[in-house]
Amino acid sequence: MITQLTIHEAHGLLKSKKLSSMELTKACLKRIKEVEPRLKALVSVTGELALKQAEKADQRIAAGDINPLTGIPVVLKDVLCTKGVRTTCSSRMLENFVPPYDATVVEKLNNCGAVTLGKANMDEFAMGSSTEHSAFFPTHNPWDLDRVPGGSSGGSAVAVASDEGIFALGSDTGGSIRQPAGFCSVVGLKPTYGRVSRYGLVAFASSLDQIGPLTKDVTDCALVMNAIAGFDDRDSTSVPEPTPDYTKCLSTDLKGLKLGVPKEYFVKGMQPEVESAMRAAIAKLEGLGAKVDWNVSLPSTPYALAAYYIIAPSEASANLARYDGVKYGFSYSDADSMWDAMEKTRQFGFGDEVKRRIMLGTYALSAGYYDAYYLKAQKVRTLIRREFDQAFAKYDALVTPTSPTVPFKIGEKTEDPVQMYLSDVCTLPINIAGVPALSIPAGFGDGLPIGMQLIGKPFGEETILKVAYAYEQATEWHKMRAEIK
Amino acid sequence: MKLSREEVLRIARLARVGLTDEDVDRLREQLSDILENFEALKQVDTTDVPPTTQSIPLQNVTKDDEVAPSLSQEQTLANAPRKEGEYFRVRAVLE
Repeated sequence: MITQLTIHEAHGLLKSKKLSSMELTKACLKRIKEVEPRLKALVSVTGELALKQAEKADQRIAAGDINPLTGIPVVLKDVLCTKGVRTTCSSRMLENFVPPYDATVVEKLNNCGAVTLGKANMDEFAMGSSTEHSAFFPTHNPWDLDRVPGGSSGGSAVAVASDEGIFALGSDTGGSIRQPAGFCSVVGLKPTYGRVSRYGLVAFASSLDQIGPLTKDVTDCALVMNAIAGFDDRDSTSVPEPTPDYTKCLSTDLKGLKLGVPKEYFVKGMQPEVESAMRAAIAKLEGLGAKVDWNVSLPSTPYALAAYYIIAPSEASANLARYDGVKYGFSYSDADSMWDAMEKTRQFGFGDEVKRRIMLGTYALSAGYYDAYYLKAQKVRTLIRREFDQAFAKYDALVTPTSPTVPFKIGEKTEDPVQMYLSDVCTLPINIAGVPALSIPAGFGDGLPIGMQLIGKPFGEETILKVAYAYEQATEWHKMRAEIK
Repeated sequence: MKLSREEVLRIARLARVGLTDEDVDRLREQLSDILENFEALKQVDTTDVPPTTQSIPLQNVTKDDEVAPSLSQEQTLANAPRKEGEYFRVRAVLE
């Protein structure tokens, strides 16, 4: 099945004219038609646009103008603005919103000649860990349709894992790329904060949000980073650092590399199959030549969850104030007054989780509570970042599980927000610190995927990509495909 | 400590989010539950620790004030729920 190809495999065939972008695109659209009723990974399928883009890509290739993403079909998380294509954030609030501009990353992919297949389902406004908080429908995990794919980029992860598309983009505020990548057995990278432009990414928590790739292997991850990373003057938090060629660092020799395993990430409540898969994976890294210190401590880690669930909702409560029913989005029409219209617009436009977080953030920022919650959380943020800085003075990268559990059952945690929040316990400290991290397939427990998280120093994406590549070349996990029943 | 109904309604008012009675009851439980988990932060000694608002060393990012292409009026108004001529139509602010 040609939709199983990776970017670099498809690129080879496109370049040698053994395959056309049109054939590949049509195969992906056929695959989507076939499996989408069971998976529900996509909010919109942009078939017509895809065929047009594929035709153009084939013309470019015929003229000898080809780069690694030319003609390659991609799925975009529906939080990324696409000019003229509905962008919903899986919310009633933006159900009919058609952006007048492209996000910078979308513009970059378009310039490369990538082919947009559709927009991926997600937790509403990227708030969630299971894609069950989509206002439209939940997405199903291809490895077990009764289980969640993780979230919030669940649709993006499923589209890649089920070969609906060749790669996808997601966004990650507390684990929203890495946790679904782990749950679906694909590679997902959250870059260093400021590495990829956030222009055109619908804002959730602006000091934590980053866009990143979800791919079938590490080489593809590096290729997508080459296309999307870099300074953008339309995002004032974009960092003017030079962008390396991320494929150059991929090697299988880890000799001399120092890895640390922070013990606080092996949390209480971690499933034994996750723990044993992690120990085996880390032993494998040792076997590849890395020097592993199994006893690193990042003592503030247990406080990251509370700090995150103060900082992120606080920023969200400010960011989502823009949805007032005036400039765009859902607007309640049958109201008595301006305030009534605004309150009802937000009552009916937002789902329960979004309202919960707006309320939480508003509370944490309100008079009399600011110091105890928001300011305290920001101080804890300093401690967490310092501990990472200290660890990176000694180690090249840190290794942890991506999640403490395998994918859970649909419906299992929707009524208990605290339990849902705990599924991000290993990923959210990374956003608080602003450092890069990726998840790579590292085994299965009872047929369900387990992800390994590699954490790097700021702008140290190359090191974690190298470790991930070496691990991938020595294992077969990334070649396994779900049988969609 | 459980949040009172009045407190939930006060926050909802600040956030301009309309709630049903059922919402208020559910949010009392859930928000109280979440806030209880935040108590853990009190154990952390943050004496003399400055707050971190963002993780990159950039400050006061500016750019030259140059004329560049921007959205047209038509594009800007395209998603407006209510408009009149060249304007967004809003409800009366003063009554």
